[in-house]
Amino acid sequence: MAVSETDVRHIAALARLGLPEGRIGALVAELNGILAHMEELSKVKTREAVPVAGVAAGGMPLREDTGPPLPLARARDRFAPAVRDGFLLVPRLATHTAAGAVADAGGDAAELPE
Amino acid sequence: MSVDFAAMSAAHLRDAVAANEVEPGAAVRGSFARSGAVGAGRDGLNAIIWADAARSTREADALAERVNQAQGSRAPHGSGRELLGVPVAVKDNIATLELPTTCGSHILEGYVSPFEATVVSRLRRAGAVVVGKTNMDEFAMGSSTEHSAYGPTHNPLDPTRVPGGSSGGSAAAVAAGVVRIALGSETGGSVRQPAAFCGVVGVKPTYGRVSRYGLVAFASSLDQVGVFGASVDDAALAMEVLAGLDPLDATSADVPVAPYRATAHESVEGLVVGRPKEYFPESLPPRMRERCDRALAALEAQGAVVREVSLPHTDLAIPVYYIVAPAEASSNLARFDGVRYGLRVQGDGLRGMYEATRSAGFGPEVTRRILLGTYVLSAGYYDAYYKKAQEVRGLLAGDFAAVFGSGVDVLFTPTTPTPAFRIGAVSDPYEMYLNDIFTATANLVGVPAMSVPVGRIDGLPVGGQLMAPHFREDVMFRAAYALERALGEEAHR
Repeated sequence: MAVSETDVRHIAALARLGLPEGRIGALVAELNGILAHMEELSKVKTREAVPVAGVAAGGMPLREDTGPPLPLARARDRFAPAVRDGFLLVPRLATHTAAGAVADAGGDAAELPE
Repeated sequence: MSVDFAAMSAAHLRDAVAANEVEPGAAVRGSFARSGAVGAGRDGLNAIIWADAARSTREADALAERVNQAQGSRAPHGSGRELLGVPVAVKDNIATLELPTTCGSHILEGYVSPFEATVVSRLRRAGAVVVGKTNMDEFAMGSSTEHSAYGPTHNPLDPTRVPGGSSGGSAAAVAAGVVRIALGSETGGSVRQPAAFCGVVGVKPTYGRVSRYGLVAFASSLDQVGVFGASVDDAALAMEVLAGLDPLDATSADVPVAPYRATAHESVEGLVVGRPKEYFPESLPPRMRERCDRALAALEAQGAVVREVSLPHTDLAIPVYYIVAPAEASSNLARFDGVRYGLRVQGDGLRGMYEATRSAGFGPEVTRRILLGTYVLSAGYYDAYYKKAQEVRGLLAGDFAAVFGSGVDVLFTPTTPTPAFRIGAVSDPYEMYLNDIFTATANLVGVPAMSVPVGRIDGLPVGGQLMAPHFREDVMFRAAYALERALGEEAHR
């Protein structure tokens, strides 16, 4: 199986990667070069093989559904790109235009809480 | 007072500090002096990319109280003195509170974690002092430490060559004598391969042996925190401190931790060492084969029994690894989107911001692997690639189970197919991936593995790899110490 430029654009969109148009062709060649080596797996008989999703010896143990407290040593506004009132700010979604209008009317909000 | 601790084992230094013969602050100042002398920083080897000498020295000076409590006594496990005053370096994808944690990536430039990794907490609780964060391939994706947003790291033994990767900065820091112990991380060989290239000891513990809390996730079914040591004893000492259950990591295992330093000294008489023929292919350079066979002969001379064995699916490890790891990475790295931490680049709306941020923040290798991982998980390709890879991974696990079930105690192989290559010499992605050909299997099946120096070729180190059954690090260290003792200076010639 080989990827095309259309495939690369599609998976880049799925992965939320903005790729420069000039990079697409090179990526097609690079990915196809790598995937060609993966074809080796298709020749292996695995009908009786048990898929391995993890290698924890004895599997993952069940634990109490309560985690220990995770205090942060510094507040979010010390490491997050945009924070207001303890909320992470993100750009407005197109579908939130109406809500955005309300926020805009209220003052300086160019962004809405997540 | 400046201390030439590079010549002292970590345990020796610890004992000297506890006995008040060496001030902990002096040991740390000695580490920074050595770093300056060998040019370990950004304008030299580029092994250490974040450091704060004043803060580290203050932290070391504050250990004086623990020195007084020690009153020259030994440092049993849990005493808080196991690594008293020992300077350590930490890979840049392991969270520290005071120094940046950037994963060698532009997308996390300037990020300082609001929490500390359990492994760092354990080191500090034992009295160790972090003297720097080490360079790495971006998000641990690479085998040369050339793919860092902060520039390549150079091999201290030959600065025109790579130190290996992705934990190349940690390997170089140990090889250059800046620290005796450094933390790295392993997903497909990222501790063992640079250890081999730099002529130091590198350990990948059993999956679940060491907490991953605070290790930035790359491929969660493969990732482990690993350890570099200037000697087997240094690495074993660090492992004693690091290993064990951590409630903060759901994958960490509740399995007793052996006293690795002590058990390493036990005899290898009767130990069955498997030599898997697939790891000694015709293409292996003759001098690599000769160094490894010399190491096997050294084990035999001490009473070990060398047995030819087969791990028949070894050739499939790289295709499996480069499907599973990118698939998991594509999911794990989705969190870097400009919302919660790190870089944000404005774009057209929310989606545009995501795309602009990730495009500007990730380098070419990370981008390539995210695309590859997204592709193999996408509708129509999942069964052919990802599901198939997990099935073949089951075959690989079966290979190891059969060999260890047949009475083999430990496996011995070359760590890498070649010694360190020149910076810029490998440009084809798949050719770079083949550096992991002997190491990726241990990650795929979760067993412990380590690299120890077994000689040199034209001055470049050669590593020998030991692999043991799950949670049998004690057996692995025993064989490693026997090798180190038997080879002596030959291991570095």
